[in-house]
Amino acid sequence: MAEATVAIVGAGPAGLRAAQVLAEAGLRPLLIDEGHRAGGQIYRRPPPGAERPAADLYGFEAGRARALHDLAEALAPRIDYRPGTMVWGIAPREPAGFDLDCLGPAGHGRIAADRLVLATGAMDRTLPFPGWTLPGVFTLGAAQIALKAQGMAIGRRVALVGAGPLLPLVAHQYAKAGATVVAVLDVTPLGAKVRAAPRLAAVPATLAKGVWYTLACALRGMPVRSGVRALAVEGDHQVEALTFEDASGRRHRVACDAVGASFGLRSEAQAADLAGCRFVFEPLTRQWQPVRSGQGHSSHPQVYLAGDGSGIGGADVAELQGERAALALLADLGRPRDTSREARLDRRLARQAGFRAALEAAYPYPHHLVDRIGDDEIVCRCEGITAGALRRAATEREAREMNRLKALTRAGMGRCQGRVCGHAAAEILARRLGVPVEAVGRLRGQAPIKPIPLREPA
Amino acid sequence: MEHLTVDVAIIGGGTAACAAAVALREAGLTVALLEKRLCGAGASGVNFGGVRQQGRDVAELPLSRRSRALWDGLNAKLGEDVGFEATGHIKLARSESDMAVLEAYARDAAEHGLDLQLLGANALRAEMPWLGPAVVGASLSPTDGQANPRVVGPAFARLARRLGAELREHSPVRHAAHDGAGFTVEAEGVTVKSRSLVNAAGAYGGAVAGWFGEAAPVAPLSPNMVVTEPLAPLVTRSIGVVGGDVYLRQTRRGNVVLGGGRGTADVADGLARPVSATSLAAGAKTLALVPDLAHAQVIRSWSGLDGEMPDHIPVIGPSSTRPGLVHAFGFSGHGFQLGPAVGEILAELVTQGRSTSPLHPFRIERFAGWRGGPYRSEGEIEH
Repeated sequence: MAEATVAIVGAGPAGLRAAQVLAEAGLRPLLIDEGHRAGGQIYRRPPPGAERPAADLYGFEAGRARALHDLAEALAPRIDYRPGTMVWGIAPREPAGFDLDCLGPAGHGRIAADRLVLATGAMDRTLPFPGWTLPGVFTLGAAQIALKAQGMAIGRRVALVGAGPLLPLVAHQYAKAGATVVAVLDVTPLGAKVRAAPRLAAVPATLAKGVWYTLACALRGMPVRSGVRALAVEGDHQVEALTFEDASGRRHRVACDAVGASFGLRSEAQAADLAGCRFVFEPLTRQWQPVRSGQGHSSHPQVYLAGDGSGIGGADVAELQGERAALALLADLGRPRDTSREARLDRRLARQAGFRAALEAAYPYPHHLVDRIGDDEIVCRCEGITAGALRRAATEREAREMNRLKALTRAGMGRCQGRVCGHAAAEILARRLGVPVEAVGRLRGQAPIKPIPLREPA
Repeated sequence: MEHLTVDVAIIGGGTAACAAAVALREAGLTVALLEKRLCGAGASGVNFGGVRQQGRDVAELPLSRRSRALWDGLNAKLGEDVGFEATGHIKLARSESDMAVLEAYARDAAEHGLDLQLLGANALRAEMPWLGPAVVGASLSPTDGQANPRVVGPAFARLARRLGAELREHSPVRHAAHDGAGFTVEAEGVTVKSRSLVNAAGAYGGAVAGWFGEAAPVAPLSPNMVVTEPLAPLVTRSIGVVGGDVYLRQTRRGNVVLGGGRGTADVADGLARPVSATSLAAGAKTLALVPDLAHAQVIRSWSGLDGEMPDHIPVIGPSSTRPGLVHAFGFSGHGFQLGPAVGEILAELVTQGRSTSPLHPFRIERFAGWRGGPYRSEGEIEH
């Protein structure tokens, strides 16, 4: 009997663990990786020949990174690994299953799969502030990628700003790599973190790491501040300085040549959208995400979800979810079940979920800053659409939801298809309309997920 | 449940429907318009954006000429820039037999007052040196052009609302009937009673006609569209080809919009989606016409749901069974340019029972006794 073809999209912690479980069961899954070496963004590797010690690249996570990289090598003969391959379209095929449109080293290709495990990861959430489109402003994720993949810092004097637990981590990584971190500025009030601390303690190791990174930053003499406001980047053609107000309202100016900014994470859920998964608004992180059961089922019977692409949980949770989703898939194929393994995973995932809720409470998406975004500020940088244009579309042109806002203003219509500006645009629209952000809906996903060449690559 | 009583109920919220609401309000009638999603979000809003007279069935040319005159004044009328630019539309020949088709068409068009310029290979290359070697000649319609389809329908809807029309969005119509005294239209959340009824329901126009015992075989049609990132100005005119398998234009912003072939449509939920293989094929055909686009990146693809008639021209005119009912649907993938004129024509039909435009070819009676059964549309769609 022909075995089901399973395609795993994404080769980070979730995708790799799913591949492992399926390979152990004797399947030969496809593992489709947009990157060139398995590991995902979190455990991204330098190109061969440019390696650096894992401890330098991944800090506390060096052991996990090594384990996953070793796993990828060990799995190689037992899976169909497709590095450097982007899935840009997903369409249902008759009578069941999917066609995946891929762009890989050999050009455009089409992969047929009976079932999908989507482990597509996350990217930074942005929030416009004056100067955020200047050359030299990066997301924190980009700052990490530069460091992990190329051994480069984004600048010589780097300021890191935003919200979320990544902030002290990246600061630590940068300082350790020899960059000068001139400021670590968190827009979250300190109070929110203090209130969340007891629940964060549910997973003490993670809490300890967070505390350690923060302390390490402080010990290295980095100015770490919480509750900062009125961030602005100055510079004529590139970043020259960062200005902000501290929690007591005092104005500061820090000279720097690069800024890393991030306001939390957003799921990269376009593949789930194209596969036909139902979405639900997740109030804690204020974003739409594909519906996912505790076992990794989506709303679509042949699609499984794991990792940050369907709910922000971090790398450790992603590994557990990848394993769990693959077990659910095997069960659906009628394979014998290891119920004690399933139960053990379910218990660990439940514990992590409590921690995650606390973490989100500690580092909420700072939507309260939306009102401070000036009318002249560019929100959609692909198309150059300002906050004022979005607000006018709401008041003068009857834009009541995101797709109409996009149609009328072009916001979200450019290269990134709203991946960068979508959240901020939704918050701005909702604030202007006086409705909860979920009421304005979400941008519909459309192929290609990321730009593809008009001409088929030779 | 809301109850409205008006002179005219309109089923559908596309450009023609909203333009009809505007014209009816200007004529002093009360209007309620029912749209299942958002006004201008269907075929009106997701089409190619061609404002083209050239290449139409000659039966459509009088309507198209009338509409073209309206496009010049749309910004002023709507109080908004709808992006209309008379860039000219050029229809390319890729063979001598294509050229013969263009020559014959130019003669027919001239009889309707549409002047087309036939260009041989040399004249064409002199003007558009970026055209690929596959092109041997062309027909240019200098007065044609392009506009932004996403804003036209919504702008007509807002004007209708400003003029006092009752617009109800997210209000799909469940049924309509006539009880001898007037029409009753039942939609989600609202019931409308009216003296007249306009059926501008697009792909669902045949179903509405069916409620009144009229046959109108409408097949779903979903043109496949692709757009590139913004590029430096290159494609100066809106471009089509004989045969219609590919068409493209460059927007003011610089994006190149290209279409060709069909997406898939689910009539039940009203959603259409593009087909990747079709998008790639349209890209390849585009590169044969404009090789300089070889390095462009595609950033989005989409489709939309329109209704297509077996003879590829719409149904426009009074019902054959029920006085007071007026149809305008089945624009077969090329209704965008006609929308403003069809709005006026619908208002004429409602208020005077006839139109100054020749509508005989579009009468619904042409499908009386239609025996074709369920009809499936296929072939190329010319925009």
